[in-house]
Amino acid sequence: MLRFIINRLLQGLLVLFALYTITFFLAKAMPGEPFTTEKNISEEAKAYQRAIYGLDKSLFEQYLRYPINILTKGSFALSTSKGRPVEDIIAQSFPNSLILGLSALGIAICIGVPLGVISAIRKNSWVDWGAMSIAMIGICVPAFTVGPLLQIYIASHLPGLKVAGWGSPADIILPALTLGLTTAAYLARLTRGGMLEILSQDFIRTAKAKGVPSNKLITKHALRGGLLPAIAFIGPSFAALISGSFIVETIFQVPGMGQHFVNAVIARDEFLLLGVALFFGFLIVIMNLAADILTGIMDPRVRLGSNQK
Amino acid sequence: MTNQITDTEAGTSLWKDSWLRMRKNRIAVASIIVFSITCFFCFIVAWFCKDPNQVNLANKFSGPSSEHWIGTDALGRDLFSRILYGGQVSILVGLIATTVSVTIGIIYGALAGFFGGKIDSIMMRVVDTLFSIPFLMIVIVLQAVLSEWSRETSVWIVSNLNWDKGFTDRITNVLPLFFALGLLGWLTLARIVRAQVMSLKEREFVEAATSLGLTKLTVLFRHIIPNTLGPTVVYATLSVPGFIMYEATLSYLGLGVESPNSSWGILIKEGANYLETNSQLLIFPGIIFSITLFALNFLGDGLRDALDVRASKD
Amino acid sequence: MSLLEVNNLKTYFHTRNGIVRAVDGVSFSVDKGKTIGIVGESGSGKSVSCYSLLGLLPMPPAKIEEGEAIFDRSTDLLSCGEKVLRTIRGKRIGMIFQDPMTSLNPYMRIADQIIEPLCLHMKMDKEKALKKAIHSLDEVGIPEPDNRINMYPHEFSGGMRQRVMIAMALITNPEILIADEPTTALDVTIQKQILDLIQTRQKELGTAVIFITHDLAVISEICEEVNIMYAGRIVEKTDTKSLFRTPKHAYTRSLLKSIPANQVKGEKLYTIPGLPPDTSQIIRGCAFRERNQIGDQNQCLTNSRPEFKEVEPGHWVQNCPGCLS
Repeated sequence: MLRFIINRLLQGLLVLFALYTITFFLAKAMPGEPFTTEKNISEEAKAYQRAIYGLDKSLFEQYLRYPINILTKGSFALSTSKGRPVEDIIAQSFPNSLILGLSALGIAICIGVPLGVISAIRKNSWVDWGAMSIAMIGICVPAFTVGPLLQIYIASHLPGLKVAGWGSPADIILPALTLGLTTAAYLARLTRGGMLEILSQDFIRTAKAKGVPSNKLITKHALRGGLLPAIAFIGPSFAALISGSFIVETIFQVPGMGQHFVNAVIARDEFLLLGVALFFGFLIVIMNLAADILTGIMDPRVRLGSNQK
Repeated sequence: MTNQITDTEAGTSLWKDSWLRMRKNRIAVASIIVFSITCFFCFIVAWFCKDPNQVNLANKFSGPSSEHWIGTDALGRDLFSRILYGGQVSILVGLIATTVSVTIGIIYGALAGFFGGKIDSIMMRVVDTLFSIPFLMIVIVLQAVLSEWSRETSVWIVSNLNWDKGFTDRITNVLPLFFALGLLGWLTLARIVRAQVMSLKEREFVEAATSLGLTKLTVLFRHIIPNTLGPTVVYATLSVPGFIMYEATLSYLGLGVESPNSSWGILIKEGANYLETNSQLLIFPGIIFSITLFALNFLGDGLRDALDVRASKD
Repeated sequence: MSLLEVNNLKTYFHTRNGIVRAVDGVSFSVDKGKTIGIVGESGSGKSVSCYSLLGLLPMPPAKIEEGEAIFDRSTDLLSCGEKVLRTIRGKRIGMIFQDPMTSLNPYMRIADQIIEPLCLHMKMDKEKALKKAIHSLDEVGIPEPDNRINMYPHEFSGGMRQRVMIAMALITNPEILIADEPTTALDVTIQKQILDLIQTRQKELGTAVIFITHDLAVISEICEEVNIMYAGRIVEKTDTKSLFRTPKHAYTRSLLKSIPANQVKGEKLYTIPGLPPDTSQIIRGCAFRERNQIGDQNQCLTNSRPEFKEVEPGHWVQNCPGCLS
């Protein structure tokens, strides 16, 4: 078990390094340059700023310097567009994204999993049909349509809910709902599929032949295996949810982490870009590992120790 | 004895069988019809409609009329033809990005699965690594890189080949999106195809083909890959709406298709600005967009049910 | 009256491609402590009839159209309803299945699965149930049962899993054990062990056994009475001895002829030509006519289904002149 975790963490380092390499060279290939926001800067001033940020060094030196600085000084460099350390920007915005993401995931699980289980039990009934249609709507209607609709038709009519903003706890509800609905829809479909697969297995028939009542058949015999696909999905999608959604943050004006990435691309702010991308990559690695460990606990056939393919 | 057995042997092939099953799935059939109609309007009817970029500020936000069937937008442009032209971009993004990713995915997965051993484990480790990389982020950056190239290409084409500027811009503006999405969307398919190939190459018919003296690659391309088509078709169908959604998301963020070109994502974005006063600007593109995605997803589900041999047992 | 009497059972599947008459009027009975066999090719309806008794078929598409199954002179299993049936399933009628690799829940420990019938039906507390479970694992020949009971099914071999299945099915001392091809998925060497085990346990507990198989050799070893099924109906029913000595129906004779051990050396092994009839079509006349080579095909009934008739005391057969000649 411990060996498995260490192994996967080492692999995670490799992932992060690959991510860094790709992002670094893509960022360098991006057209335009930083420091264009201030008008009419002289060439000398530009050169001076480039030197401050270390952008005058050779490409190879820059490529090595960034990770070395992270490892030795814990420094993620300065954002060229904001002039502040990238780690500060992340530390400031991440908690908002985390709260929003956790609430969204909570909503997604509470809606998606029961919906999927019920659909599977009542396969081909109108309940199944209705639930899966709702799930399909959740997948097909984009957040940037749901968001504005919620703002107009819910926020402006219910007291306590604001159209946009981030201050009181009630402000979490609408963005979390917008963010969580798509995940809920995917979870419902995955759970239904997983449950149907399990319910068609021979061992369910064995349990029935033992006289197990149908509610126990679901909770004790089927749920554990039936939830595995959903768990495998929750891992990476959890990382995506808590690292912030550009769209939901834009619509509801949430000061989260997602907006920084988009802004960084627009402002050609490569250090902010790298910082956010690496942080997100890190979250994905951790969440995937967590999902794998959970799968190993739930499915005794997956032995974590011997996972080398 | 023989005449009895030919009876069953002459039965339906897998694809014909699937088609028969598919035809009984009413939702899937309805999806095919809906998607065909959408394509017909976007790619054929559109040419007979008004210029989607014809600005007429005197007539902005007009309601439905005989002139503008579902009204005009904030710049007085005809919403109906903008939706159709936007549909061209959105559907093409979905189809082309899928083609690109399916091609890469099949070849990569098939080679990994077929050669196995060291080559396979290295190739799959690469996929594992890429899987953990935030997809949308990379697409955004890649798109930024590619769109600069496309702008230069556009200028070059207009000055050297004397193409129409509007037309060239429209094409070069969306091309990077096709490839940015397609270049990164092949990972899942590579895994699926690899797993299929791994199990297929142990089967008797492959042995038979090899013993007839066919080369390894002939066997792979003639006998193994065609047999992986079922899952591939299902996955490809389901990834079209996924790519359409990505396009809309990127365009919504201002990182995809650029105005004045339209795409469904752009229209929804523009519409959201005027939701309170002119809700039809969001509602019409939103409905068309969602219905198309609905149809494609249901079609994919239907195909999966029809092609999945395991499910056909009960 | 027998312990279980099945009369005129008809189970049809209503599928998209029409009605499949999987079981089309089957009757048999089991006495206390006795063993009966149900033999047939795959698709003959032998498993479906037993699944129907315990309500294990997915409904829809399956539907029990007709018939009764009187258990212990009082309860009709087919009409008593899920609630009553649940008190019988796994308590008074146990069942073991064909594939031990898939019939045990891979996500649960053996312990939790094996004590389930005790906790459900006998309201035993967990500790007591575990003790009994370990004891019964010991009885079916699992080494170190107190250790192995905490393992998961994938840590057992196929034969061991089937032993676990047997222990689990018999742990409540059921009056009837239904064994659905329990040895088919196992190695030949292990088949014999499992058969012996079922027989010993049966003798110790006085359980009646309904043994479903396609293997006549197995039947000869453990059954007292045999029912031969073909196309959803029983074509011949008699005690094991007379079945092997004086088989009447052409299908039975074909089956016996196709056993390799009954073959003269050097002669080509006999196989029954063709395929069983499609039970989604209405069969008029004798269902075996097309494949009948041993009897006289031309004399087979073509317009009416043959009657099931007692031709000798205790020896019943479908009365089709072509198949009996």
